[in-house]
Amino acid sequence: MSVYINKDTKVIVQGITGETALFHTKQMLEYGTKIVAGVTPGKGGLEVEGVPVFNTVEEAVKATGANVSVIYVPAPFAADAIMEGVDAGLDMTICITEHIPVLDMVKVKRYMEGKKTRLVGPNCPGVITSDECKIGIMPGYIHTKGHVGVVSRSGTLTYEAVHQLSQEGIGQSTAVGIGGDPVNGTNFIDVLSAFNDDPDTYAVVMIGEIGGTAEEEAAEWVKANMTKPVVGFIGGQTAPPGKRMGHAGAIISGGKGTAAEKIKAMNAAGIEVADTPSVIGETLIRVIKEKGLYDKCKTH
Amino acid sequence: MNIHEYQGKEILRKYGVAVPKGKVAFSPDEAVKVAKELGANVTVVKAQIHAGGRGKAGGVKIAKNLEEVRTYSKELLGKILVTHQTGPEGKEVKRLYIEEGSDIRKEYYLGLVLDRATSRVTLMGSEEGGMDIEEVAENTPEKIFKEVIDPVTGLQAFQARRMAFNMNIPAKLVNKAVKLMLGLYQAFVEKDASIVEINPLVVTGDDEVVALDAKFNFDANALYRHKDIVELRDFDEEDAKEIEASKYDLSYISLDGNIGCMVNGAGLAMATMDTISYYGGQPANFLDVGGGATAEKVTEAFKIILSDENVKGIFVNIFGGIMKCDVIAEGVIEATKQVGLTIPLVVRLEGTNVDLGKKLLNESGLNIVAADSMADGAQKIVGLVG
Repeated sequence: MSVYINKDTKVIVQGITGETALFHTKQMLEYGTKIVAGVTPGKGGLEVEGVPVFNTVEEAVKATGANVSVIYVPAPFAADAIMEGVDAGLDMTICITEHIPVLDMVKVKRYMEGKKTRLVGPNCPGVITSDECKIGIMPGYIHTKGHVGVVSRSGTLTYEAVHQLSQEGIGQSTAVGIGGDPVNGTNFIDVLSAFNDDPDTYAVVMIGEIGGTAEEEAAEWVKANMTKPVVGFIGGQTAPPGKRMGHAGAIISGGKGTAAEKIKAMNAAGIEVADTPSVIGETLIRVIKEKGLYDKCKTH
Repeated sequence: MNIHEYQGKEILRKYGVAVPKGKVAFSPDEAVKVAKELGANVTVVKAQIHAGGRGKAGGVKIAKNLEEVRTYSKELLGKILVTHQTGPEGKEVKRLYIEEGSDIRKEYYLGLVLDRATSRVTLMGSEEGGMDIEEVAENTPEKIFKEVIDPVTGLQAFQARRMAFNMNIPAKLVNKAVKLMLGLYQAFVEKDASIVEINPLVVTGDDEVVALDAKFNFDANALYRHKDIVELRDFDEEDAKEIEASKYDLSYISLDGNIGCMVNGAGLAMATMDTISYYGGQPANFLDVGGGATAEKVTEAFKIILSDENVKGIFVNIFGGIMKCDVIAEGVIEATKQVGLTIPLVVRLEGTNVDLGKKLLNESGLNIVAADSMADGAQKIVGLVG
């Protein structure tokens, strides 16, 4: 088991003929992801990497039965691409694209109300269920199959945590990058809840960063609902206020969104927070040993 | 991206928001000329810098005649203004806004921001104007009112009306306040702002509702569709290295330390700063080279780090996903060829094409200290910089 995606997930790559998309389409295919279609308006009828290309998502869904898409479309057109995926009735669309104007995302969120599609991202590394399905840009080789779920606002910090877990023999069920933008589709609570319900996930790593209050809200939720141990890390503990630290969402403004507040809220919810990203793995191992879950989580 | 108050007011005028008459001036002569044209009994001389708290810092002067306009303009131009938002080094005043004085009866606060929790633009208003709104929010949150705006319909008149009544704007002026709020919202969405703040909004003795200040911040991701806004950028207000970095789409922020950092991914870049600090060092910058960086971009990034004379060592920390390690290696090698390298360089590579990247660095003959992990690299660079 896993969350969101598995070996049966049929994937469409939106914007498949772009350079970045092509590179990652190859990588995803090598990993074993079932990519059944690509979409680039005007390039319908082509075939790239053995994948048929369609003009619209709707056509691609009809022809292939795809249920998930991944978006590599440039920022000015990405919001439109998300809505096209939603309109086609996909179960999930994962938007890798960064630098989407925030007011475009406000409209997208409004458009998605009452529709069934789950959006992950934008500005995220994607979702991977180890050894089954990799959708996004993460390096596949660092992931190993197992029972720890990972959810993160940061792409590269997700890799950091996953790498440490794999090196210590702790495999992962699914790793979900929710992205660094202020308006995104899937939040911490959505993913934590999915991990809580997944019988194959025994513990969770949650990686946040400065800006907003998503971590505080997640901590509240964990305190009230989570039955599995959660460990965390917050990036930006030394970031100066008022400066946007790369991610549009990573900014301390009006005295809100500091790392200290987030860590406090997480600790209060029983979430152990690692001092540095290098000890996320160690921290998780210590916690699962305390809970008697280490042997169940040790996969290799 | 930030702009000056006078530029913000220009935008507001176009959207039918009432603002006092005024014009920018770059010299005392110009200031006097503008004041003469305005012909007001009282003229306000306002320092234009990209920071709030100007009034308290002595950056706003009330002049009763043209001589006073000249005196205050001389005094303010070239002055280093230190406010609670500029940091201790302050900011030099290079532009003035010369404005007609307003007969202020009462001050209010009005702002538009994106509320992350609801993913909606939200109008905020309060009767407690002119003050630090963050303090009001902290101490008397019941005095701040909010209207969440549906992006399909935009701000509706009934919402603006409710806000005006909540703010205790005099009943006979509510319609004027509504018009102002609707114009403000239109400006916000049409220009892709991320913050618009009017603090204070005032009711005047002659029964007008006027924006006495205007603070705009624009969504950097949307600037590609607003050439008019990009033209308002004032490079004097920005860090030279940050300007250079922005030319290459690099996300760079200057900090006070001496360890230069080059990292891919904003989260990892922040965490790298945190880790350097954890081991007793001080980062000189935040730098995310981004996902799609070319070797050329990496070269430029490296040059920007080296142009900071405080930098005594560099830590390159890469976990390649979309970014390939060999591209980083090529960029580092090229940059050191171009500008030389006299300070310690610690490199940690992991992720996509890692073996190729390591091979390139090993064969480059450069004096590079390899690190196995972020913690290892941070400790090594802190040790080398001393």
